[in-house]
Amino acid sequence: MKPAAFSYLRPVAIGDALRQLADGGGEAKLIAGGQSLGPMMNMRLARPAQLIDLNDLSELAYVRESGDALHVGALTRHYQVAESPLVRRHCPLLAQAAQTIGHYAIRQRGTIGGSLAHADPAAQFPLIAMTLGAKLHVRSATRERTIAAADFFVSAMTTSLAADELIEFIEFPKARVGEAAAYRLFNRRHGDYAIIAAATTVSTSGGQVDRLRLGLGGATPVPQALHALGQTACGRRPDDDWVRDIARGAAEQLVVEEDQRVSIQFRRELTVTVVGRALRHALAQLRA
Amino acid sequence: MDKQNITLTVNGRNFDFTAEPRKLLSDALREDCGLTGTHVGCEHGVCGACTVLVDGKPVRSCLTYAIQMEGHEISTIESVAKGSELSPLQQALHEAHGLQCGFCTPGIVMTFEAFLQANPNPTEEQVRDALTGNLCRCTGYQNIVTAILHAARRMKELA
Repeated sequence: MKPAAFSYLRPVAIGDALRQLADGGGEAKLIAGGQSLGPMMNMRLARPAQLIDLNDLSELAYVRESGDALHVGALTRHYQVAESPLVRRHCPLLAQAAQTIGHYAIRQRGTIGGSLAHADPAAQFPLIAMTLGAKLHVRSATRERTIAAADFFVSAMTTSLAADELIEFIEFPKARVGEAAAYRLFNRRHGDYAIIAAATTVSTSGGQVDRLRLGLGGATPVPQALHALGQTACGRRPDDDWVRDIARGAAEQLVVEEDQRVSIQFRRELTVTVVGRALRHALAQLRA
Repeated sequence: MDKQNITLTVNGRNFDFTAEPRKLLSDALREDCGLTGTHVGCEHGVCGACTVLVDGKPVRSCLTYAIQMEGHEISTIESVAKGSELSPLQQALHEAHGLQCGFCTPGIVMTFEAFLQANPNPTEEQVRDALTGNLCRCTGYQNIVTAILHAARRMKELA
């Protein structure tokens, strides 16, 4: 399997990349790690006329603190997100999820900006961005704007990013002090995309839950953040009944379509299991 | 698309050739550099057979275009043994019967040469997690895991 022919550009500054992207008029495609685009091009599911290679834009690879937020540059590789002391401390959910992406070699190369722009419904970073309410800071040659994750993901593999825009960095809110985080997924083979994935953060005060964030990925065209369910979870003691209620509630709220390989019932039952695992993992951290 | 001049630095040596931008690094290594130790399996990043090192990091050469690799240091399986002396990882794979047909072995060796540099004291769980990126149809993986853990111990003794 070989890709169709394309022309190749390798800009050394963001400004050059944005100009080339604007000149490409929709025929050009950005490539960063290439761990999703590469297979799609080899299988000729994607046939861009031109590739603009972002790998020399080292100015886009960073993790920085900014007040109550973390800024993660779009070219930050998955392993760098997973190992960053700042991410582990201030956004542990993001670090945990990054560590589960694909395989060891894939994590050395793939980038967070690339994964978000690719918008695979079962991928880790879109789910985390939705669950935490991340903001994507994007640029074209002529303008800058900030897009909330909920407005960024339109459908499977489809985002609101314009043809002349690239993601510059992603803003994640810092976790609360003492907040626990957990990411769990189920797939049939290690490293595959999730059939169902759950991302959660839990914080308590006085023995009662005061904030639950819960997101589900892998089952719907866009990952879902279950805000209403998170509200009903507050003010209760996080015991076994609480875990069961939340896990069942999540499965009930999941709007899934029949899939040739995964029946609706199987996916709902998996949801109860995977959400339960994520919640119990988070609660174990709170007790520790 | 016209062919372009491409220079790759592989195992410390420069290779000049002409190829289209779409030429995969895996094909360039085998066809233009004559380094056929890098094996091509699935060509979509799943099997891990084509793994090489780029600036010391394991990379799927089938998901990389040769033209992207100008200015980077590529290491392939041909660079691992010093003459007839196997690396500790290669020796351990030999002793533990960590290969049978050998098709997947170059990718496994390159992945774990890098992995053991970054993780000199790996747990079995970490080794198994990293090994998920390399498919082997012969061995059942048990001997590969044994060999990698053995190599880690031997590399510490040698260090």
